[in-house]
Parts: sequence; C-alpha cells; structure tokens
Amino acid sequence: MQLDSLYQEIILDHYKHPHGRGLRDATDPAARVGEAHHVNPTCGDEITVRVATDGTVFTDISYDGMGCSISQASASILHELLRGRDAGDATVVHEAFVELMSGRGQVTPDEDVLGDGVAFAGVARYPARVKCALLSWMAFKDAAARAGVGVSPEPKTNHQHSAAARAGAERSEGAA
Amino acid sequence: MTSIAIPAGMPQYDDVPRFDVAAVRADFPILDREVNGHPLVYLDSANTSHKPRQVLDVLTEHYAMHNANVSRSVHTLGTEATEAYEGARAKIAAFVNAPSVDEVVFTKNSTEAINIVAYAFSNASLRADADPRFRLGPGDEIVISEMEHHSNIVPWQLLAERTGATLRWFPVTDGGRLDESGLDDLVTERTKIVSLVHTSNILGTVNATARITERVRQVGALLLLDCSQSVPHLPIDVVDLDADFIVFTGHKMCGPTGIGVLWGRGELLAAMPPVAGGGSMIETVTMARSTFAAPPARFEAGTPPIAEAVALGAAVDYLTGVGMRAIQWHEKELTAYALDALATVPGLRIFGPTVPVGRGGTISFALGDVHPHDVGQVLDSLGVQVRVGHHCAKPVCARFGVPAMTRASFYLYTTTAEVDALVAGLEQVRKVFA
Repeated sequence: MQLDSLYQEIILDHYKHPHGRGLRDATDPAARVGEAHHVNPTCGDEITVRVATDGTVFTDISYDGMGCSISQASASILHELLRGRDAGDATVVHEAFVELMSGRGQVTPDEDVLGDGVAFAGVARYPARVKCALLSWMAFKDAAARAGVGVSPEPKTNHQHSAAARAGAERSEGAA
Repeated sequence: MTSIAIPAGMPQYDDVPRFDVAAVRADFPILDREVNGHPLVYLDSANTSHKPRQVLDVLTEHYAMHNANVSRSVHTLGTEATEAYEGARAKIAAFVNAPSVDEVVFTKNSTEAINIVAYAFSNASLRADADPRFRLGPGDEIVISEMEHHSNIVPWQLLAERTGATLRWFPVTDGGRLDESGLDDLVTERTKIVSLVHTSNILGTVNATARITERVRQVGALLLLDCSQSVPHLPIDVVDLDADFIVFTGHKMCGPTGIGVLWGRGELLAAMPPVAGGGSMIETVTMARSTFAAPPARFEAGTPPIAEAVALGAAVDYLTGVGMRAIQWHEKELTAYALDALATVPGLRIFGPTVPVGRGGTISFALGDVHPHDVGQVLDSLGVQVRVGHHCAKPVCARFGVPAMTRASFYLYTTTAEVDALVAGLEQVRKVFA
C-alpha cells in the first residue's frame, strides 16, 4: 500500500515516542536563546521551537506543539539531528532536509546527512503534507536567527521550493 | 436498524418523496473515477459538491453557442446571453421563493454576498442621508454566533472596526446547538444586524430561527442568514424564513464555482448604497459624479460570471427535478445511518448533534488522539475523501477544545455503502496509529 511510503515506521515511532519534546530553559545562563512559534493556518498545526546556543553550537533545541504525525515526528527528528551541532553543520542538514521536502519525491536523500530524516522522502510526494514536515524546520530557522545564528538561507532554487518552504504563511483554505 | 410500524393516520414511510440514487449518481461523471486504486468515495460535499452532466453541458453549450456580454448589446448573441443570464436569475428566485426576481443579486460566492451587505453598512455609515437602518456607529451592535464560518465573522469584525460598532455573538452549547438562552440580552435595541449561519458547515446543526427572527423584529434590527449549507440540502422559502437577507453559493449546490447569490428584501436592497463601482451598476455617469441603477444591477459591477450563472440555473433545474424535499429526506436517512455507524467506531467522538434531528448531513468527529490530517490521509489512501482541519470555523474548534476536526459530509449522490467505506477506513486509521 502506497501509504507506507508516507507513514514510515521511523515517522510513526518518532510521533509516538518523541525525542526531546518540551520547552527547556538554557542550562548555561550565558547562552543565547531564540524562540519561534509557527502555525499552519490550513490545518491548525502549531509548533514552538526554542534554541540555546553559545554562538557557535546549538547546545539545546527544545520544542512543543500539537499537530499531525508528520509535523510532530519531524520536530523530533530535527531535535535529534541538529542538537549539539554547530551552525555550519546545521545549515548543511537543514538545506538537505528542505531540498528533500521540496523535491516532489525526485530527490534521493543522503542518510549520512539526514539520518532518520530520510524517512521523509515519501512525504515529499504528498504536496499537502510537505508543509507539515517543514513546520518545525522553519520555526527552527527563525529561532536560530533570533538567537543570532543564521541557518540555511531561503531555499535558493525555484519558486515552488520557496513556496513549500513558507510553511507558516499558507493562506487559509475553503472559502464558502 | 429497527423497524417500527407507524400508526395509521400518521404520515407513512412511503409518503416521503424519494428518488433513485443510482440514477442520480449516473448523472455525475466524476463519481466513476478511482482514487488511489479505489472507487471514489466523496464525503466532502459541504466543501464543494460535484456537478451533474446536465450542468456541465449547459456551461459548455453557453460558451459554444451563446457567448456574448450581457445587458449592453443589441445583437442576437448579446440578447441570447442576456436572456440566459436573466433567466437563471428567475430560476433562482423561484427556487427560494423570492417575491421578486430583482431581489436576487449574483455574486462570486457567499463570502462576497456577506461582504456586500457589510460594506453597504459601512458606506451608509459615512453618509448622514443614508437609510438609518444601515448606519452604524459606537454604541451600535452587530450580533453573530460562535458557530459561524470565517466568512460570517471576519466581514463583521472589519465592519465593527471601521464604524466603532460592537460585535457580539451567541455561544454554542456542549451539544453543538446555538445557545439562545441569552437572546433577549444579546439582541437589543442597540442591535442593527444579526447575521447567523442557517446550517453549520462544521457541526451540521440546522438552527431554528423563529425565536431569533421574532426578537430581531421586536428590536427593529435586520437578519441575515448564511444559507450556504442549507439551500443546497433542503427546501428554502425566503418568505417562510422571514429573513432580510440570505446568502448562498453555487458550487455547493451542483453549480460551478465563481457564482453565488445575495437575496435581500427588495425594499432593503433599494435602500443600500452601492459597494463596488463600475460598469453595469450605474444609471448615469458624468465626470463629476454618478447615479446608480436599481438592484440587482446596483450590486453587480462589471461583467458578471455569465456562464456560471446560467449553469447555476441549470443546477437549480436539476435539484428541482430530483426534488428538494426528497433530497432532504435522503440526507436525513443517510445521517441517521451514519450516526449509528460511527457510534460503533471505538474512540470516536462526534462534535455537534448526535441525533438526526435539527441537523444536516455534515458530521465532524475526532478519532481518539489521531490528528485529523492523519485520519484524512489514511482515508484518502482508500479513496475516501473527507475534509480535515478547522473548516474555516476556528472558533468552533476552540469551543470544543481541538485544533482541527475530521468532517464527512453528504449530498444527494451519497450512499450508505459510502458511509460503510468511511467506517471501514476509520478501522484502518486505528490500525496504523494503534
């Protein structure tokens, strides 16, 4: 059944057992902290992502939110992949994830870079769900910027990609 | 289902008007297609309905044979197009029993229709010589409800901001009914307009409006009913409803997108200042100023959606041919069947009335903790098309403490087998997210 490509075991596992969930204060009082709240107005999914950084390394990435399995699993995987990484590494991973999600299923993910994130390759074939997968990643980017650390410029390819990346800015659907 | 004998002298089962659902389904080409390898099970008619061949044919025929602009040409095609467009208006007027054809204003959709009324208030409020019923200022009140679609909330919020009027609303009960207990405090001499949904697009509730209408008349306010979800599904008679305005949209009633209707009492439409300015809505224009046409033209600036209006006329013919009373009854039976069937799904919670009384065939629910997006996705993999999300009624979701709901909605072509497919699909959802 094609549904399996969307709901990979890895995604369901992260959804049912999220890693690093819950907003945390920075352990080091000198840490720079940034936070961003993103919503997907189409479906009501919400996520708050908070980063703590010493200016180079993301010492913690915490989050809280509610939403579908894709959006919540994606946040869990984001936490796994980017916590403890420096800005340069995080940018590489972030770009790779955005590229994967913007690729309409045509991008082959690199497991060395994306880890469990490769499970989202199937999600990229469901345009309606791409914004769910990207929600926490876009919130993370904003949170990092607010903490003074730039990550991953806007997806630099075509219009479709940047449209997919504006996960928090979708217009509301279904006018009467 | 249990069968009970209806006592003699009471209306019998066979007295109810019926139609052949299989024959109706054969009129809708899209119902033959497959989705993800499964027969299409379309349970999203509250979002938009499908269109029968009879409507599609009229749409094509109009462009193929009668295409011209309306109300401005003396040539034959222009006359044919105008006759078709105005003929559609007459059909729609008859469909809702409007006392006059001129009370039917064509709009883009219900949203635009509500905005026309809201902006007429706005424009009247700027002119001292405007009809006082449409003048708003600080101290005046607009009353809506917590059950509204965003299209019947946001225009009034904006109007209140522009005029300094206050927006108030009816709450919703735990059972998903309009809470009328505070009616007399809510609708008062300060109220200028009450704008309510007739049938909720999310809870399915059909609001009984008689008490509210009576109170509205007592205080001298105006009443608008958003009939987007009722005109397609049950016989509507504007005289009987005793509203001042109703709005509805074509695409939810077997018509095309891009065409909707504002019905208003002729005397009120005539008292309303224009909203959009442009061609067709004028009486005369000089460089300094203009005077305006009588309704409905006053509110139809620019070239209207001609073919869409004509096709909506065909949709009305189609629905009338099947019979609105029969459609209403079909959906009532289907709703009763679906409520019973959904009650067998473990962990399923219905939002809104759980009995098939005072409700239409739109059922929103939660399935345990599974997010509606995930419910909808698994159902889609089985060909079952439902809507998920906040249904443009976020306050209703907030009222019931959820960010989103899953919604199944029925129409004249929906079958009990499709309800069964939904229930079977929900079992699959439970397996995936167990």
